[in-house]
Amino acid sequence: MDGKAYCEYVSKTAPRTAELKTLLAAFCVGGVICMLGQGFTDLYAYLLPQAEESLVGSLTSMTMIFLGALFTGLGIYDKIGSVAGAGSIVPITGFANSIASPAMEFRKEGIVFGLMAKMFVIAGPVIVTGVVSSVIVGVIYRVIAVA
Amino acid sequence: MQWWEYLLKYGKVFLMGGAVCFIGQLLINRTKMTSARILVTFLLLGVVLEAVGVFSHIKEWGGAGITVPITGFGSSLAKGAIDGSKISLFHAVTFGLASVSAGLTAAIVCGFLVALIFKSKPKKL
Repeated sequence: MDGKAYCEYVSKTAPRTAELKTLLAAFCVGGVICMLGQGFTDLYAYLLPQAEESLVGSLTSMTMIFLGALFTGLGIYDKIGSVAGAGSIVPITGFANSIASPAMEFRKEGIVFGLMAKMFVIAGPVIVTGVVSSVIVGVIYRVIAVA
Repeated sequence: MQWWEYLLKYGKVFLMGGAVCFIGQLLINRTKMTSARILVTFLLLGVVLEAVGVFSHIKEWGGAGITVPITGFGSSLAKGAIDGSKISLFHAVTFGLASVSAGLTAAIVCGFLVALIFKSKPKKL
C-alpha cells in the first residue's frame, strides 16, 4: 500500500462524528477567548476614558499575548489546544503560543541558536507575510493618493 | 448600557470569534494545514479585509470576535499602512509594522521570558 492509498484508507475509516466534535470545540473555545478579549477592551476603555481606540486595542492584544505565553509556560495552553484545535491557534493567544512553545522546547540547544532562533519557527512566516503585505498595501494606497 | 445590551454584545463577540475559529478548524480538517499556514492565511485575510475597507464593518458587529483572532493583527498592519500612505511614501512603507509594534514586542518579550522561566514538559502524543 503506497502513501496515497494509505491516506485514502485512513480518511475512509476515520469516524465522521470526530469532525463535528473538533469544529464545535474550536467554535466554543475561540468564542470564549474572544469574549475574554472583549472584556479587557471594555475594562481598558473604562479605566482610560481619554485613551484612543488604538491604545485600548494595543493594550488588549498585549494582555492576551501575555496570557497566551504564560499559559503556554504553565503547560495549560497545549492541553487546551489538544481539544480546541483552531480555537486555540487562530486567536492572538495562539500566536503567542507559537512563539513561546518552540522557544521553551529548543532552549536546551542554547539561548542564541536554540531559544532565540527557534522562537520564530512559526511566527517568522507570519511576521514576514504581515510586513510584506502591509508594505504592498501602503504603496498601493500611496500611489492612489498621489495619482 | 443595560445588562441585556452587554449580553447581546458579548453574544455577538462569541459568535464572531467562534465562526472565525470554526473556519480555521474546517481548513485544518479538510486540507491538513499546519498551524503556521493557518496563521498566515488568517493574517492575510485580515490584511485584505482591511485594505478593501470591509474590516471596520465586521468589527462594528463582532467587536473582539474579529480583532482578537490573528485577522485583527493583519488589519492593524494594513490600517497602519493606509494611515501612513496619507502622509508620505516613507510612512506608507513603515507605519504598518509600527502599528503592531506593541503586540510584536509583547509576543517576543513574553515568549523569551517564558522560555527562560519555565521548563518544557515532554509532549504526550
